[in-house]
Amino acid sequence: MINLAVRDVAHGIGRYVATAVGLGLLIGVTLTMGGVYRGMSDDARAFLRATGADVWVVQQHTLGPFAEASTLHDDAWRSIRGLPGVAAVGNATFLTTQVRYGERWVRVMVLGFEPGRPGEPGYLVDGRPVTRSHYEAVADVQTGFRLGERVRIRRNEYTVVGLTRRMVSQAGDPMMFIPLRDAQEAQFLKDNEAIVNDRARLAANPRVNRPGVPGVLEAVGELQTSNRSVNAVLVRVAPGADPAEVAANIKRWKRLQAFTSTEMEEILVGTLIERSARQIGLFLAILALVSVAIVAFIIYTMTLGKLKEIAVLKLIGTRNRTIAAMILQEALGLGVIGFLIGRISATLWGPLFPRHVLLLVEDSARGFGVTMVACVLASLVGIRMALRVDPAEAIGG
Amino acid sequence: MAEPAIRLERLVKRYGEGPAAVEALKGVDMAVYPGEVVGLIGPSGSGKTTLLKCLGAVIEPTAGRMVLGSETIFDDGWKVRDLRALRRDRIGFIFQAPYLIPFLDATDNVALLPMLAGRSDGEARARALEVLGALDVAHRAAARIAELSGGEQQRVSIARALANKPPIVLADEPTAPLDSERALTVVRILNRLATEYHAAIIVVTHDEKIIPTFRRIYRIRDGRTVEEPGEGRPLD
Ligand SMILES: Nc1ncnc2c1ncn2[C@@H]1O[C@H](COP(=O)(O)OP(=O)(O)OP(=O)(O)O)[C@@H](O)[C@H]1O
Ligand SMILES: [Mg+2]
Repeated sequence: MINLAVRDVAHGIGRYVATAVGLGLLIGVTLTMGGVYRGMSDDARAFLRATGADVWVVQQHTLGPFAEASTLHDDAWRSIRGLPGVAAVGNATFLTTQVRYGERWVRVMVLGFEPGRPGEPGYLVDGRPVTRSHYEAVADVQTGFRLGERVRIRRNEYTVVGLTRRMVSQAGDPMMFIPLRDAQEAQFLKDNEAIVNDRARLAANPRVNRPGVPGVLEAVGELQTSNRSVNAVLVRVAPGADPAEVAANIKRWKRLQAFTSTEMEEILVGTLIERSARQIGLFLAILALVSVAIVAFIIYTMTLGKLKEIAVLKLIGTRNRTIAAMILQEALGLGVIGFLIGRISATLWGPLFPRHVLLLVEDSARGFGVTMVACVLASLVGIRMALRVDPAEAIGG
Repeated sequence: MAEPAIRLERLVKRYGEGPAAVEALKGVDMAVYPGEVVGLIGPSGSGKTTLLKCLGAVIEPTAGRMVLGSETIFDDGWKVRDLRALRRDRIGFIFQAPYLIPFLDATDNVALLPMLAGRSDGEARARALEVLGALDVAHRAAARIAELSGGEQQRVSIARALANKPPIVLADEPTAPLDSERALTVVRILNRLATEYHAAIIVVTHDEKIIPTFRRIYRIRDGRTVEEPGEGRPLD
C-alpha cells in the first residue's frame, strides 16, 4: 500500500519544509529558554562549588549575601574555628561591580578571600595563585582579561596573575578573586571626599573635638574609616563531619545564621532563580501553544486543500482510518523535522548567548514528547474535518 | 438475455421529512446488462444525480430494491454491511472532472484501487499498467497528474474506474467539458471497455453530441424512468 502522507508531503515539499523550519526555530527558541534556566541553576551550583564551602555563616536573621545584605565582623571566624567538625574557615566578601578594563567596563563579581582558606579559587587554567596580599587578582576567563593585564576596581589597580574557568556568580557574572583586605577596602571604604567631609564634620563637633583632648578626634576618625566587615564566613568541615550538624552548632552557640551548601543552593535556586523560572515556564507554555497553533493551522490548510481528493478517496473505498493516518503522519512528520531543526539550532546558537545555556538530554526528551503531543492535538482539527467529508461530494450535483 | 449487472425495482428516494420533503425518485425501474453502455438523460432537477448516488451506494434510498448481479444489495434497507468495500470492488466512478489525486503519479492513481482492495503493490501496479495500456496512456504512466493534458487525465480517471474490473461503471457527465471530437472519443472508449471488461456502464448526460450514440436510453422525468431505444449511431 502506498503511504499517502509521504506522497502528499513529497508533492508539496517546499511548503512543508518551510513550515518545519519555522516550527523548528520556534522549538529551538523553546529549548534555548529551557537551557537558559538550566544554565542559571547550573551557574548557581558551580558558584557554590567554586567557593569550596560546606557551611555558609552569615549575618543573623538573613538569608545570606545573595538574598539580602549580610554583614559580619571579620573576627567572627575565630569563634567558629574551634567548633567540632570544623576543618577550615575563611572570611569572604562578595561585591558585584563594574571593572574598568582598557576602554570598556566589565561587570564582575569580586570575591575577597584569604589565601589558603575556603574562598580561594581552586583550579587555575593558567597563571599562578595570588601570592602578594595586595593588588593581585585571579579572574575567570569569561571576563576577557589576560594574564599580566591591569584592571581597575574602584580606586585600585590589580594585576591579573591567574585565570579560572566556569566561575560565575549566581547572576552569571564572571568572578574575580582579590585579597580580602583589598576587597574590604573596595566594598566598605568611603571615598576620599566622604572621608574629608566626615573629618570636617567631626572637627566641627565640639563634643568630639574638645580643646585639650586631641586624641579623641583622631580615634573616632579612625573608627569611621576602618573596614572590619565581611559578608560571610566560609567553613570547610572535617572529613566525616556532617555539615548540617556543624551548621546547627553554629546557629545554636553563636549569634549567627549558618547554611549548609545544599541549603545555600536552595536559597539561590529556590528564591533567587525561582522568579526567572516562572517567567521562563510561562514563556515555554506560550511557545508550546503557538507551536500547536502553527501546526494545527498548517495541517488544517493542507487538509482544506485536499477536501475534494479526500471525498474521492472515500468514494473509491479508502478507510477513514487510512485518511486519518495520512493527516496524523503529516503532522508528526512536521514535529519530528521541526524538533531536529530546533535541537540543532539551539546547539548552534547556544554559545552565542551571554549566559551559559545548558541543553540537558532529559529536557530535549521532554521537549520531543511535548512536540509530538502538540502535533497529535494539532492534527485532530484536520482529521475531524476530513472525517466529515461526505463521499457523495465527489459526485457533485 | 443474460442476468442484468444491476437491476432497480420501484426505487424511491426522499430528501428530508414531513411537508418539506422532496421525493427525487418516485419508483425507478431499470436494468442494465454487462457489456452495454446506457444513457441516463433528463431535465435539470429530474433526479439523475440522485439516482447515480443511489447506484453508487453513497446515499441510502428510501425504499425499493437494488440487485447487483444475483445479490440483493438493497431491499427497503441495505443488505450489505460494508458499503465502502462494495464501492471499491464492484462500482467504478467516472466524474465530470478527472478528480485525480495530485500527489500520486498516473500509475498509482489507478493502482490505489487494487491496493485498497488488498492486492500487493506489484500486482496492483501491473493491473494499473494494463488498464492504462487499454486506454492508450501507458506511455504517461510515470507522469505526475499536473503534467498530463486534460484528455490524458480523463483517460487515467477512466482507468481508475476500471482498475478493480467492477461489473458496474457510473459516469457523471463525463463529456461535458469536451469538444465533440473528444466527447465521441470518450464514448468510443467506454463502449470498447464495456465489451472488453463486461461492465455495465451508465452514463448520466445532457450532452446532445453523444446522446445519439446510445442504443438504449433511460429518460428520467419527475422522478420516474422511461426506457427508450436510442439511435445507436455507429462510432465508425
Ligand atoms: N441533498 C438534497 N436535499 C434535498 N433535496 C435535494 C438534495 N439533492 C437533490 N435534491 C432535490 O432532488 C431533486 C433531484 O435532484 P438531482 O440533483 O438528482 O437532479 P439532476 O437531475 O441531477 O439535476 P441537474 O441536471 O441539474 O444536475 C431536485 O429537486 C433537487 O432539488
Ligand atoms: Mg445532477
